[in-house]
Amino acid sequence: MSVNQYTPDRTESKYTKSASTFRQNVQRDLANEELRSNFAGAMDYLMDKRKASFPSNDELETLRDQCKLIKQRALVKLPHLLEQLETKLNENGIKVHWAETINDANEIIAQLIESKGGKNIVKGKSMVSEETALNDFLQARDMEILESDMGEYIVQLANEHPSHIIMPAIHQNKKQVADIFAEHIDDFEYTTDVDTLIGEGRRILRDKFSKADVGITGVNFAVAETGTLCLVENEGNGQMSSAVPDMHIAITGIEKVVEYLDDIPPLLSLLTRSATGQAITTYFNMISKPRQPGEKDGPEEVHLVLLDNGRSQAFADEELRQTLQCIRCGACMNHCPVYTRVGGHAYGTVYPGPIGKIISPHQLGLESTKDLPTASSLCGACGEVCPVKIPIPNILLRLRKESVKDTKGGEGELKGAGSNRKATEAAIWKAWSLLHRVPAMYKVSMWFATRFRGLMPSKLGAWTSVRTAPKLAPKTLHERVKARRK
Amino acid sequence: MTELNVRFYPSQPKQVYLFGTCLADVLFPDSGIDAIEFLERQGIEVIYPDGQTCCGQPAYNSGYQDEAKQVALKQIEQFPLDIPIVVISGSCGGMMRHHYLSLLKEEPQIQGFCDRIFEFTEFLVHVLKIELKDQGPKEQVALHTSCAARREMGVHLTGRKLIEQLDNVELIVHNKESECCGFGGTFAVKHDDISAAMVADKTANLLDTGVKQFISADWGCMMNINGSLEYQNKPLAGKHIASYLLERTSESNPSNKGN
Ligand code: SF4
Repeated sequence: MSVNQYTPDRTESKYTKSASTFRQNVQRDLANEELRSNFAGAMDYLMDKRKASFPSNDELETLRDQCKLIKQRALVKLPHLLEQLETKLNENGIKVHWAETINDANEIIAQLIESKGGKNIVKGKSMVSEETALNDFLQARDMEILESDMGEYIVQLANEHPSHIIMPAIHQNKKQVADIFAEHIDDFEYTTDVDTLIGEGRRILRDKFSKADVGITGVNFAVAETGTLCLVENEGNGQMSSAVPDMHIAITGIEKVVEYLDDIPPLLSLLTRSATGQAITTYFNMISKPRQPGEKDGPEEVHLVLLDNGRSQAFADEELRQTLQCIRCGACMNHCPVYTRVGGHAYGTVYPGPIGKIISPHQLGLESTKDLPTASSLCGACGEVCPVKIPIPNILLRLRKESVKDTKGGEGELKGAGSNRKATEAAIWKAWSLLHRVPAMYKVSMWFATRFRGLMPSKLGAWTSVRTAPKLAPKTLHERVKARRK
Repeated sequence: MTELNVRFYPSQPKQVYLFGTCLADVLFPDSGIDAIEFLERQGIEVIYPDGQTCCGQPAYNSGYQDEAKQVALKQIEQFPLDIPIVVISGSCGGMMRHHYLSLLKEEPQIQGFCDRIFEFTEFLVHVLKIELKDQGPKEQVALHTSCAARREMGVHLTGRKLIEQLDNVELIVHNKESECCGFGGTFAVKHDDISAAMVADKTANLLDTGVKQFISADWGCMMNINGSLEYQNKPLAGKHIASYLLERTSESNPSNKGN
């Protein structure tokens, strides 16, 4: 059994990755009934699982407060903790590399692989490596990189991008997965039985592990106190990727550092329960050293690449810094009524859903992500479930403000600040404000509006495409209150 | 430490202000009048300041915070007495109780103003500790609580408590009750296709309950849901909770006769 060649160039991907085409993406995906039903079903399932895993609301709220404080404490000391982490990791024999941009990260990783003469690479699940588009970069250098997480593997075979940060292939149902296998795997005996499908995928992946020279993984928590890299997973592929090849390269964002080893148990408990409703995942890896003399297995070299890519911009602002508390559990997308309907690809960003809306502007700028902060009814479901209590709706409001503010884009401004200010819109809000702070003017206008309500159009653009137009009352509440007093 | 969600409520006042909201002012004034009448029947004098306009939420949510701030400051001036301000919409209530705190953080008296804001159902349950006497016929209703009302004001609980006090009314709860209806102010126009998908599901869920009427304390959502139901020609519509409570507890109401 062998895997057919997949096209390395993902610019041809079925789902082009661009937030600037958000509106078109939304139209495309809202019209796709199969996709809608895949997401609706999966999100209902994940919401139920999360709910069932927190039988006590008091315990949940206490844990959320605790974890929010752990992450905030780490962020307050971020520069210091990063230094401490580097020192500790060095002591443990793990080399740290700093990457400011995604290109820096990819270069570092490519050079590390080349230093080993590596050609075959296996990768455990890592959203940060999606952020850097590492696969494309390495494939362009003639390296074969294979995703070893089942969901990522399916996405890679189909030449797509993950549609969810925890469940990369959640947009595919089992029939679609079977079709992808049938297209790409020789001798695949067609089945839609989920266990058999997973078994088939695993068989191929196991074979690849034994031949791999380099393993790449993400990191869920990096402990500054002890220099420990924690990796949370369910399939054992993270363990295989980090332990079997001679070189292990971990890549993560700078915000993943926590201060103490004692910070891990509450964070882990909250992460797994918020993400999949599991009390604990099947595997929890704590990586602290390369192979030591006398040990029979483990990589000879371990490296950690720490990526910035816009995180410093969020860090610099006290309110926006809360974005970096995120532990990437995915609960905000599972509970988001917008994500549930448009799916993960519509966003056109690596991180979809509510967290994507608040982190992507730092990575890509507010101009190309202009439709993301506004694509929210501000219902607050995300903030309500976020395990580390990121006030996502408030951050969306802040980004809306930054996006339309009157600025020359000087020092200290967010990337793309003011880029979506439109003269007409700004003028409308100015006039609106004036009208609503001069009561006499307001009352006269409303008097006219209600008296001439017959002139109000029965079609109000987008509103009336699925609704009737609201009807103005014959008399305003102001007038009726007055009449009542007489 | 767990944040305190507990609010300390004053005892029953003699007077309150009513904040009618801009939507009710020009589109749904009945609910404002009904709220006033209902409160007056509880022996409370209701003052409706003539200079009130809008809480500022539309501009605030669109990123135009300076414009919102000027409107907000003007509202505060209209309510000088130290008495409760009852708001007949959960999302405007949330704006005035919570968002004013950050929008107007440099105003010295802002906390005091925000502490005087009560959403209508919250005021009935927690301040008046009202006991309702149902005069209406037997019926089933559903409740729609706006997201801001639910998550910022806890109104889904007070709304439910009030409906539960009505002996002849059975509250039908559907399992997507907490999901957003897709209104979100300018969101419904800026991202009309997503909003349309959301309101389609919301109306389907409400229709599935089989009720003839649903109740809400928020005109934004109800304008959205009712507009969609009417567009689909469905015989279901939402009513503001102030009007509903007034109607259910009035002996003189013709629909309550013969019960
Ligand atoms: S923002 Fe909160 S809910 Fe969303 S992924 Fe991050 S931690 Fe999870």
